Amino acid sequence: MRWLSDNALDRLRAAADVPDLAGTRYRLVDKLGQGGMGGVYRVEDTALQRQVALKVINLADPDGELAARLLREARVIAQLEHPGIVPVHDVGTLPDRRVFYTMKLVQGKRLDQHIAQFVSLPDRLRAFQRVCEAVAFAHAHSVLHRDLKPENIMVGPFGEVLVMDWGLSKVLNGACETNEKPAKRPIPVSAGPPPTPLPVTAHGVVLGTPGYMAPEQARGEVAALDERADVFALGALLKFLLTAEESAGSGQTTAADSGVGAALPAPGAWPQRLPRALVAIAQKAMAENPANRYSGVNQLALDIAHYLDGLPVAAYPEGPLTRAWRWVCRNRVWIVLILAYVVVRALIFFWRGR
Amino acid sequence: MPDDTNMGGASPRFPQTRWSLLVAARSDRPGERHRALDALIAAYWKPVYKYIRLRWNKSNDDAKDLTQEFFTRVLEKDFLASYDPARARLRTFLRTCVDGLVINQEKASHRLKRGGDIQMLALDYETAEGELAQIEIPAPETMDDFFAREWARSLFSLAVERLRQECEARGKQTHFLLLELYDIEEGGKQLTYEQVARQFHIKATDVTNYLAWARREFRRIVLDQLRQMTASEDEFRREARALLGVDVP
Repeated sequence: MRWLSDNALDRLRAAADVPDLAGTRYRLVDKLGQGGMGGVYRVEDTALQRQVALKVINLADPDGELAARLLREARVIAQLEHPGIVPVHDVGTLPDRRVFYTMKLVQGKRLDQHIAQFVSLPDRLRAFQRVCEAVAFAHAHSVLHRDLKPENIMVGPFGEVLVMDWGLSKVLNGACETNEKPAKRPIPVSAGPPPTPLPVTAHGVVLGTPGYMAPEQARGEVAALDERADVFALGALLKFLLTAEESAGSGQTTAADSGVGAALPAPGAWPQRLPRALVAIAQKAMAENPANRYSGVNQLALDIAHYLDGLPVAAYPEGPLTRAWRWVCRNRVWIVLILAYVVVRALIFFWRGR
Repeated sequence: MPDDTNMGGASPRFPQTRWSLLVAARSDRPGERHRALDALIAAYWKPVYKYIRLRWNKSNDDAKDLTQEFFTRVLEKDFLASYDPARARLRTFLRTCVDGLVINQEKASHRLKRGGDIQMLALDYETAEGELAQIEIPAPETMDDFFAREWARSLFSLAVERLRQECEARGKQTHFLLLELYDIEEGGKQLTYEQVARQFHIKATDVTNYLAWARREFRRIVLDQLRQMTASEDEFRREARALLGVDVP
């Protein structure tokens, strides 16, 4: 029997994982990444002559739980047609009996890898707003993401922001979940049977990423989850955007552990240079008790918009002096013009009085 | 190609039924038991031997004795009866039993009598020693990972051998040679499909198809073996994910 070197072992492992695309319209180009459920590959759609991303589970088990999760993910995304959510093109079962779906190939970087390329705080906040828009759209369609984190946000070459990896999503009221199996060969999504509800995620099963999971999600209270669980994750994401360079500078951080998890940091733990209003927004979003968070993503996004426009934010009650100073800052152009006018009129008055 | 063991090393015959290996290993029918244990020993003896050598820092001779002793116990009918799939993976169970055997042996504080009442299995320890010399000695705290990796190496080696035999039987030697070239030998990946096609006197598209076929068959054999080496659907899935390099979600 032949001995296999470590390199050969790794190559065989990778070879065994390569999806079998024989007889399909897809041709393998290369591997893009690996996740908990399976791999993502860059493939060429030979029929349409374009490159797409193919996500495939790692087990040849079209009837198993992983296949059901992938299929559910594809169908959830298919319901969410939004510029901030990557569109699904196709779903089916490969000849090696592995379930797959294809989606638009996003040429960009993950948010945690792109962070250094944001030149200013407003840039980061505008990217965050676009994440909020996509998540709010999903919530409007009764879909919770449940795994929002920098690794699941892609930033495209033109600044477009896409929310990825809906594998842990939860559909409230079972609006677009299904237990139907995919076809044995690739089929259009539209050719599938009408979806039927399936409460796949059992109560008590903890799904998510530590650091970005709301406390109730970390406790496995699946039935109690609502939009505010995603609000918490968005708060952690906002914290990542606000504090990323401290983390990067310390050389200790990955994107995942820059979130704060269920333990809210003391106000002093935030860098002094950060605007208090933004810290307050993130803290409100990450409140331990869901009742103390923003009631929805739109309210969170509105506070960010107010901050960018120099308006008061709901999360940070201001005193009269602060409010007056904010008014001055916001109207400084008019104030300067009026003061200049007054000064000029005064000079003219005194000059004529001589 | 030399056999590593006459207990099924180079030509393991796996029972056809799902989960049948562990069931067969507990069977009352000697032939069925023997075949199942052949396959089990073929997959596990090298990892066990290497683990005893490195984890317990045993000499070559002591490790041989302990390996013999361990698999002699495995061959006893009641040994696998104590395995509860709900509590641990088979791999973990066997490793724990190895640990227990070595600890007991050390407590007894006497050397095992080589060739005494131990049933001798013909295992090729020289090959295993040669393989040990080619790998990096793992840190003590990573011995569990080392055992898992050696087990994966053993399973993949058996799968490669079985693929070679199946390819020969079906007249698809080129398919196997391509897999060997690209995925086993060093430097094969640097060759283009056109270069390989010229070398084998086939079309470049055939290289793609043959390689895809061989990889698919290799994957099938690995999963087939794994399915028979595990005791439950859950264990199979977890092991498959671990073996294919994917974390358990």
